[in-house]
Amino acid sequence: MIWLTWRQFRMQAIVAAIALVAAAIFIAITHAQLVHLYNASGIPTCEADGDCFGARNEFLSHNQALRQLLGLALLAVPAIVGVFWGAPLVAREQEAGTFRLAWTQSVTRDRWLATKHVVIGLASMVVAGLFSWMVTWWFGRIDQLQLNRFNPGVFDERAIVAIGYGAFAFALGVTAGMLIRRTLPAMATTLAIFVAVRIVFAEWVRPHLIGPAHLAFALNTSSVNGFVSRNGGAPMLTVDPPQLNNAWIYSTNIVDSAGHALTPEFLAQACSALMDGLGPGLPGLGKGPIGVGAPSTDKTQSFQACVTRVGEVYHGLATYQPASRYWTFQAIETAIFIGLAVVLSGFCVWWVRRRLG
Amino acid sequence: MTAVLDARGLGKRYGRRRALTDCTLELPPGHVVGLVGPNGAGKTTLLHLAVGLLTPTSGTIEVLGGRPAGGEGQLRRVGFVAQETPTYANLSVADHLEFGAHLNPGWDRELAHARVAQLGLDPNQRAGKLSGGQRAQLALTLAIAKRPELLILDEPVATLDPLARREFLQHLMEVVAEQGVSVVLSSHLVADLERVCDYLVVLSASRVQLAGEVEELLACHFRLTGPRRDLSTLPADQHVIEASHTDRQTTLIVRTDGPILDPAWTVAQRSLEDLVLAYMGQAAGMSREAANGPRLVARP
Repeated sequence: MIWLTWRQFRMQAIVAAIALVAAAIFIAITHAQLVHLYNASGIPTCEADGDCFGARNEFLSHNQALRQLLGLALLAVPAIVGVFWGAPLVAREQEAGTFRLAWTQSVTRDRWLATKHVVIGLASMVVAGLFSWMVTWWFGRIDQLQLNRFNPGVFDERAIVAIGYGAFAFALGVTAGMLIRRTLPAMATTLAIFVAVRIVFAEWVRPHLIGPAHLAFALNTSSVNGFVSRNGGAPMLTVDPPQLNNAWIYSTNIVDSAGHALTPEFLAQACSALMDGLGPGLPGLGKGPIGVGAPSTDKTQSFQACVTRVGEVYHGLATYQPASRYWTFQAIETAIFIGLAVVLSGFCVWWVRRRLG
Repeated sequence: MTAVLDARGLGKRYGRRRALTDCTLELPPGHVVGLVGPNGAGKTTLLHLAVGLLTPTSGTIEVLGGRPAGGEGQLRRVGFVAQETPTYANLSVADHLEFGAHLNPGWDRELAHARVAQLGLDPNQRAGKLSGGQRAQLALTLAIAKRPELLILDEPVATLDPLARREFLQHLMEVVAEQGVSVVLSSHLVADLERVCDYLVVLSASRVQLAGEVEELLACHFRLTGPRRDLSTLPADQHVIEASHTDRQTTLIVRTDGPILDPAWTVAQRSLEDLVLAYMGQAAGMSREAANGPRLVARP
C-alpha cells in the first residue's frame, strides 16, 4: 500500500518539494535584504544614537507588500494542500471508476484509505511546517520590534499552528471528496469550509482557550488618556492599556475595588471643574488632555486633580493573555486542529468501510 | 462443494429505485457462468454485491462461502474486472503490474509478465493511451495474476470491437483451462456468452428469470408449432414462456422435463439466444402488466 500511495502521490510530492525549495531561495534572498535594511536603519546602534523610535519606524516602513505576501502564502499553503491533495484523493478514484480496481485487490479499502491518509496527511503537515518555519525565521527581526505575536495575522502566520491547519485541511479535503464524489465541487467545498473554520476559530474559539489574566494598575496622567463621549452619551475617561509586550489585551477598563465600572455621576462630581465646559457629545474630546491645541496650565491642573480624585476610588484593569502563554496557545491550537484531522480521518475510514459503494 | 455465489433474498435499493429484487441464486463451482440481461437489469449491481463494492439492502450474499470484501483473505480469492475496465490513465503497464504485485500477496509475477509479453503490450505505455481492447486485457491480467479462485467480469467486452472481443474471450478461455478458475461473466449480448459459458443466469427487470446449465436448459426448452389452441389445455408439466397466435396457428416456447407427446405439435430445439430473449420478453411483459394492473392472460 505504501508503494501505491507513493506512486500516486509522487508527482504532487515533487511539485511540493520544488515549490518549497523555490520558496526557501526567495525567502533567503529577501531575508538578506531585510538584514541589510535592518543594519542600515541604525537599529543596532540606536541606543547610542538616541533615536530608536525613528530607526524602528524607518525599518518597518520597508517591505510592507512582501510581508503581506509571505503571510498570505502561509495562510494559503494548508488550504492548497486540502484542495489539491485532500479533495481529489477519493473523489478522483470515484470519478474515474478506478476505485473498483483499487478496492478489489487483496487490500481492504479501509487499509487503503488509512495508509493514504497517514502518508499524505503527514506530508501535508511537513510541508506546512517547513514553510511556516521559513516564514517565522524571515519575520524574526520584525517580530522582535513589533512585539505583537498574538495579533490575528501574526499568531496564525508563525510557529507551529500551520502544522495543525495542514493536517486539518487535508483531512477535510478527503472527507469532502469522499462524500461529494466529484473532484471540483469537493475542492470548492473544502476551501469554503476551511476558511470558515479558521475564521470561527480565530474569532470565537481562540480567545476562550484559556481564561484571561487580569492586571490592575493605578490611574495617573500617564495611564489616563483623556475623555471620550460615545454616541452622544456622557463623557467618560479612557485609559491606555499598560505596556505589555507581546501580550494579547482583550480590554482595559476603569473599575473600583468591588469591580464596578466608573459611573458618569462619579466622574461629573470628581471632575466638575472640567465638566462645566463640556456638554454631552461635544466634539473634540478625543485624545489627550482636554481641549484642542496647547492645553492651558489651568486645564492641565484641573485634569490632574480629576485623575487623582478618580484614582483614589478607581483603578485600571486590563484583561489579557500574558506573552508567556504564547507557546501554550500555539500548542493548544495545533493540537485541536490535529485532533479534528484525526476525527475526520477516522470518520473517512469508517465511512469507506460501511457506507461507500 | 461450496457454491461460488450463494444469494438469498438479495435486494439492493437506491432510494426508491430497486436495482435488484429478491434474488435467490446458487452458482455451483467449476463453471463459466454467463449473466445476461438487458441494460439496467441489475447485472452490475449483483456483481458489485458479489465483490463487496456494494452492500445489500436486504437478504444475504456469500461468495466462496465468505462475506464479499469481508477481509484480505476474501479479497484474495476473488478477481474482478469492472465495467469499462478502469485502469489508472497516468500509470504505465509496468506500473499496473507493480500495483498488482504490491497489493496482492498471491501475485503471480511470471504469469503477469508472460501475458503482457504475449499480448504485445509495451510495458512503458501509459494505460490512458491503450486501446479499449488492450486496456481490457490489462485489467484481465491484473485480475488473473492475483490467482483467484473466482473471476468476476462485468461486461468486459461491451466496449470492444468484434475482433478484440473474440481475442479477449479466447484469452479468458485459456485462463480457465490452465487455472481451473470459476468465472462469472456478464453481458447484454447472448452471442458473447454462447461461445464461452456452460451455465446461464438470465436477469431481467431486477429479478432472476432463469438459471441453469446451458445444456440442460437447451434440453428442456422446445418451440412448439401447431394449430391454434387454448393454452389451458396443455399438460401440467409444460410451462409456457412465450406464446404467439395467428388465426389458425399457435407458436409456443415451453419448458418441460418430459417428452412432448402431442402429435399436433411440430417440435424444435431452441437456440440459447432465442431462449434468453423469450425469458427477457416474459419479464418485460410481466413488468408491463404490473404497471398496467391485472389482466387475464393464460400463463402458468
